[in-house]
Amino acid sequence: MIPLLSVSGLSVGFGRTPQASEVVRGVSFELADGETLAIVGESGSGKSVTALSINRLVDFGGGRITGGSIKLRRADGSILDLTAASEPQLTKIRGAEIGMIFQEPMTSLNPVLTIGTQIEESFRLHRGLTGRQATAAAKDALDRVRIPDAARRLKYTPNQLSGGMLQRVMIATALACNPRLLIADEPTTALDVTVQAQIMALLAELKRETGMSMIFITHDIGLVAGIADKIMVMQNGQAVEQGELNQILDQPHHPYTRHLLQDVPHFASGRATRPDGRRDRAPDAEPALKVNDLVVRFPVKSGFFGRATGAVHAVDGVDFDLMPGETLAIVGESGSGKSTTARAVLGLVRSTRGSFSASVRKAAAGQSALPIQMVFQNPYASLNPRLAIESILAEPIIATGGRVDAATRAKMATLLKRVGLPENSLERYPHEFSGGQRQRLCIARALMLNPSVVVLDEAVSALDVSVQAKVLELLVDLQREFGLAYLFISHDMAVVERIAHRIAVIHAGQIVEIGDAKSVLSAPKHAYTKKLIAAVPTIDRRREHFELDTRQVPSLVRPLGFEPGPARWEQFGVDHRMRVEA
Amino acid sequence: MRMLRAIFAHPSGRIGGFIVGLYLLLAVLGLLGLTPHNPLMQYRVDRLHAPDGTYWMGTDLFGRDVASRLMMGIGQSFTVAFFSVAFAALAGTVLGLAAAWFGRRWDGIVMRVMDVLLAFPAILLALLIVAVAGPGTWTSIVAIAIVYTPIFTRVVRGPALSLKAREFVDAARTFGSSSSYILTRHLLLNLVAPLTVQITLALAWALLTEAGLSFLGLGTQPPAASLGLMLSDSRNLMETAPWLMIFPGLAIMISILGFNLLGDALRDIFDPRMRRAIA
Repeated sequence: MIPLLSVSGLSVGFGRTPQASEVVRGVSFELADGETLAIVGESGSGKSVTALSINRLVDFGGGRITGGSIKLRRADGSILDLTAASEPQLTKIRGAEIGMIFQEPMTSLNPVLTIGTQIEESFRLHRGLTGRQATAAAKDALDRVRIPDAARRLKYTPNQLSGGMLQRVMIATALACNPRLLIADEPTTALDVTVQAQIMALLAELKRETGMSMIFITHDIGLVAGIADKIMVMQNGQAVEQGELNQILDQPHHPYTRHLLQDVPHFASGRATRPDGRRDRAPDAEPALKVNDLVVRFPVKSGFFGRATGAVHAVDGVDFDLMPGETLAIVGESGSGKSTTARAVLGLVRSTRGSFSASVRKAAAGQSALPIQMVFQNPYASLNPRLAIESILAEPIIATGGRVDAATRAKMATLLKRVGLPENSLERYPHEFSGGQRQRLCIARALMLNPSVVVLDEAVSALDVSVQAKVLELLVDLQREFGLAYLFISHDMAVVERIAHRIAVIHAGQIVEIGDAKSVLSAPKHAYTKKLIAAVPTIDRRREHFELDTRQVPSLVRPLGFEPGPARWEQFGVDHRMRVEA
Repeated sequence: MRMLRAIFAHPSGRIGGFIVGLYLLLAVLGLLGLTPHNPLMQYRVDRLHAPDGTYWMGTDLFGRDVASRLMMGIGQSFTVAFFSVAFAALAGTVLGLAAAWFGRRWDGIVMRVMDVLLAFPAILLALLIVAVAGPGTWTSIVAIAIVYTPIFTRVVRGPALSLKAREFVDAARTFGSSSSYILTRHLLLNLVAPLTVQITLALAWALLTEAGLSFLGLGTQPPAASLGLMLSDSRNLMETAPWLMIFPGLAIMISILGFNLLGDALRDIFDPRMRRAIA
């Protein structure tokens, strides 16, 4: 049997001299009907370029195929080498025989057209359907991806749908003409874990229904366990290892595959939590940060005069305390209010009600101190590109009225060395550093003012998985050395498991469960926590299928003057409690 | 220094930079009076003399040397253009930053006023201002500055709004940096690139507007020379003494070309996608 797709010795280069700047070098693989291949690698490994070469979209990004062949067995049984195909031929093949879904569903759809129009386009182009026929076909396509109330949703524009719904629309569009091969380029990276689980379940079901083949590109080797038949691991443009799913996951040969499986944070249901710093009894010391009944509301204005008619309850009565040397992770999905909580603690967002107190650490003579500092999510946006590192590190000192003198310079040098950056970094500019290095710079900057609490808002989410592991290690080391308390905001359970002592699960602006990390992760009590943890992909849960859940996130808009009822808590063990829903 | 090297590495930057440099030299010489002849001296015997070895670009109706008057005119036009663009850039930057920083009501007020100014064609608005205030070099400068302020305000406000929402500004707030520090270090420093490009292009428009005003008799007053005034004087003699029109006309055209080429080059140089290729 001839395979559906057979790629051999594929090389792709960019720029004026593609041969000299190849980003994919000699990649070969085969894909049979109904098979799923997962291409795993970090950014810059060439995994996306490999996939984009198959439908030749790489040409539009300035890439050139410099060698090798991509043989596709077409619907009529003929074999076509896609590297030599003409653009008109390719236009017919894209969509009809090879479908593709992208990472960002929000930007992959045209915001001014209804989703119905955009799905119908596919039917018009490839099947020649028009008018009512096309609309009916589009409705069927939406039904197929389990979008409830499909007929009405056809008239929606993309901004009216959530990210998960949009990704379903993208899948519906890609599958409109029953392609025999679907290329999925990190289709769930931009989505929340529970939504990610739904999309993965949907893809698995659709694959079973239609018998199509799939190429699934991801940086998360844990994610593919439930869906892939074969895995190809890529590093620096080469396929370093490929084979059957079980063989790669159980007996990896290449050191890089082993590194991806072992050194990188994978969720282990509470088995990988930190052994230190458990709260065995009620703490008697002074907390580094105490937050009491924090409420943040944003007014919703409507009508001609812009009267406030309601309020978004972004954070609704959150309280917790944080001891020195302790990490409290706040986990939740997007829109749950976890970032707003962090921003309110720092005063970047004005809180409607509530109090927080932070203990100011004693600073050495002549050094200024602020109790709370923050490290942001995006290391590329949180450093001013036009300032040298010295000015960037000096800013907190200047802001608190200090002077840049020899002592300050010495502190800068010490901190830079401590976070693992070369000594000559001071005169350099942010663009000369990689993402991981920039995040180290941000950490150094946050430590310039001797804080007692550091708020880390998704501080490792934008980094590659192996860089993530190293930055987490650094954070743990710094915490031990300086006795820092961390407020760690994250959506990533695997990362949280590695760094948190305690976990607070936040949902719709309220903490629904809080307690010891091991206890929360291994024995979640609240229904939402259970759902969240069940959705985390792990290599342990091979071939396990998720239930499809199409419920939308609840609205946080409440009428004016609405106050939630008092929280009732149920206690489990020494340090683990759950909010009881009224 | 690195900037100059980058300009000369860029093909249109090289030409634009050369032209602008040459004009600057001529303008300085013209202003200092280092011209081949006295630009105001009337050589009565040589009236309407065609270009030759003595009078490189001929003489005008009063026997004044066109080449010398051209240098003086370039000096005059450039002075007006530089001062007006400097004022416009300063006012526009302050207004744009204020609109972006204070937001809400301030943003609304400032931008609506700018919209009104922008609604008038540049030359019409300048004419209006000069007609009210009376002609002269300083009125031209002020008029042209007012006309081009809205453009700078818009160029500054847009990026300033997006910079204000960037994480490094949030970070600065978390360690309590003052507003003035954030405005200068985090906003203004990042606006240098778009402002430089805009200033170069605005200089070309200002030159053209000044020429227009002088042509209509509302800018530079005789006997001083300016490019627009020289063009205006040549109107009736176009057939008998075409050099009177050709040289100032060419001078205006080439200067605008030079500034535009330089502006395009600067735009490319400041573009982050190009930066790696040059650095």
